[in-house]
Amino acid sequence: MTATDFEAPRGPRPRAARRTGARYRREALFKVVGLLATLVGLVALAALLFDLAVHGLPRLSWDFFFNFPSRFAARAGILSAWVGSLLVILVTATVAVPLGVAAAIYLEEYARRNFFTNIIEINVSNLAGVPSIIYGLLALGLFVYTFGTGRSIFTAGLTLALLILPIVIVATREAIRAVPQALREGALALGATKWQVTRDHVLPAALPGVLTGVIIGVSRALGETAPLITIGALTFIAFLPTPPISTEPPFISFQWLWDSFTVLPIQAFNWVSRPGVDFHANAAAAGLVLLVLTLGLNAGAIYLRYRLRKKLQW
Amino acid sequence: MQLSKREFSMNAPVTLARGEAPTTAATIKVRAEKVNVHYGDKQALQDVSVAIPERGVMAFIGPSGCGKTTFLRCINRMNDVIPIAKVTGRILIDGQDIYDRKLDVVELRARVGMVFQKPNPFPKSIFENVAYGPRIHGLAKSKTELEGIVASSLRRAGLFEEVKDRLHDPGTGLSGGQQQRLCIARAIAVEPEIILMDEPCSALDPIATARIEELIDELKADYTIVIVTHNMQQAARVSQRTAFFHLGSLVEEAPTEVIFNNPKDQRTQDYITGRFG
Repeated sequence: MTATDFEAPRGPRPRAARRTGARYRREALFKVVGLLATLVGLVALAALLFDLAVHGLPRLSWDFFFNFPSRFAARAGILSAWVGSLLVILVTATVAVPLGVAAAIYLEEYARRNFFTNIIEINVSNLAGVPSIIYGLLALGLFVYTFGTGRSIFTAGLTLALLILPIVIVATREAIRAVPQALREGALALGATKWQVTRDHVLPAALPGVLTGVIIGVSRALGETAPLITIGALTFIAFLPTPPISTEPPFISFQWLWDSFTVLPIQAFNWVSRPGVDFHANAAAAGLVLLVLTLGLNAGAIYLRYRLRKKLQW
Repeated sequence: MQLSKREFSMNAPVTLARGEAPTTAATIKVRAEKVNVHYGDKQALQDVSVAIPERGVMAFIGPSGCGKTTFLRCINRMNDVIPIAKVTGRILIDGQDIYDRKLDVVELRARVGMVFQKPNPFPKSIFENVAYGPRIHGLAKSKTELEGIVASSLRRAGLFEEVKDRLHDPGTGLSGGQQQRLCIARAIAVEPEIILMDEPCSALDPIATARIEELIDELKADYTIVIVTHNMQQAARVSQRTAFFHLGSLVEEAPTEVIFNNPKDQRTQDYITGRFG
């Protein structure tokens, strides 16, 4: 694209228009730079996906999903890994969502603005940027050694819950802050209590944003490896946790919380670190499953937000 | 606590005809004594004292930033929401100090309804908008009773005929004027004694405005209405008494006709003749 694409008007030009040629050139230049910057990210992601797919796709089969890991690459599967991931995430979400949403509601709707709430605010945002290995070290000292929760699904769930708590809090606060003050005042003027205003109006209006935050947090937790290795997740595990439902009374069991576990990214990491191309293909396949799971969760978040936003309008 | 319509009718009926000065027999519903409001260091209201008679319309007029909305929001303690606002002085409703520590704000707001400048229906159905107040106050014992309250409130707000076939459509889908009448219906459903209106027509076109003004005229038989308005013709049309605010003070309060035809204060005279504001 050249400057001649933008034809300048003829005749005497006003002072302000004298340098339009150079200005248009700069504008065109920025368009190109911007496009390139966008493409770098997209191309890298596409290349990654392509590479994973080429190596991993041939390995994907029912057997791969329902086999335990094995010494033989061809027989190895990710059963214990995805079940482990699922259970850990279940614990994480159960702990992080109520805690995070409650903390955000308190900070936004109830807490007075003062020195202490400002400190809390800054620290919550900072916590979101703390390297995940730090959470692993904290969990090892606090949960595993001090509270004796062991190298269990429970410990892993709590650790990841701590990790995503700031994400959930920040997202929920943003969502709550976006609720128009007029909505709160409308309900307050009818004689609603603060809790009624929050429960009946603020939370429903903030729900799309809250859900987005929760799902982003959960997909972050799903991909975490470092803190789980720190607390002692196993890398090779050929059994499933205790089933939560049994045929004998009391029928429901929480024994699985205390079982040892592995998760998808650790399984992939384990396979990558082995010699042999076959295991690397397994790693690529496990990575592919993880990626699809995460992208699927994000897509779900976008869809949910879209659906809920359509119902809400003011 | 809820006052029913029956208790209302036991009071001496004081119906104020347009322009007629209230007789001394008119019961005073709201009495403000030396009300001061500060937002942080800034004083927004200064020694405002006024008596608002029961059943009738009192208009607050004055230039922007003169404190009329601030004062209106004192009457249902809506200023409590603003952390830096500090209200001193006394406001009595039926002789009871509403800034008394023991007073229940929730109960106060059930007695003093409010309609805002910009229509703010909840992002829920028309039915749910009106049903919300009665529901949180436990005014209806059954679904049928609740439906009755919703229908009669919408009818009183002059909206029922327009929305009766789509009660479960979102309230936000209505036109601006309809939304404002929905907000009035929502306020009425709680059976308040006083309705505060903060420039309720400023976001509406002239036809919707006329509808709201008609409605105010009908409602004044049962409710004490306080309306803040920038539109002096509106104040002249709907109110029996008018209070003129300027720079945080109440300059003059008198029967509307007196304010518009024969004001005592030069500032009032200047404002109503359009010399400033």
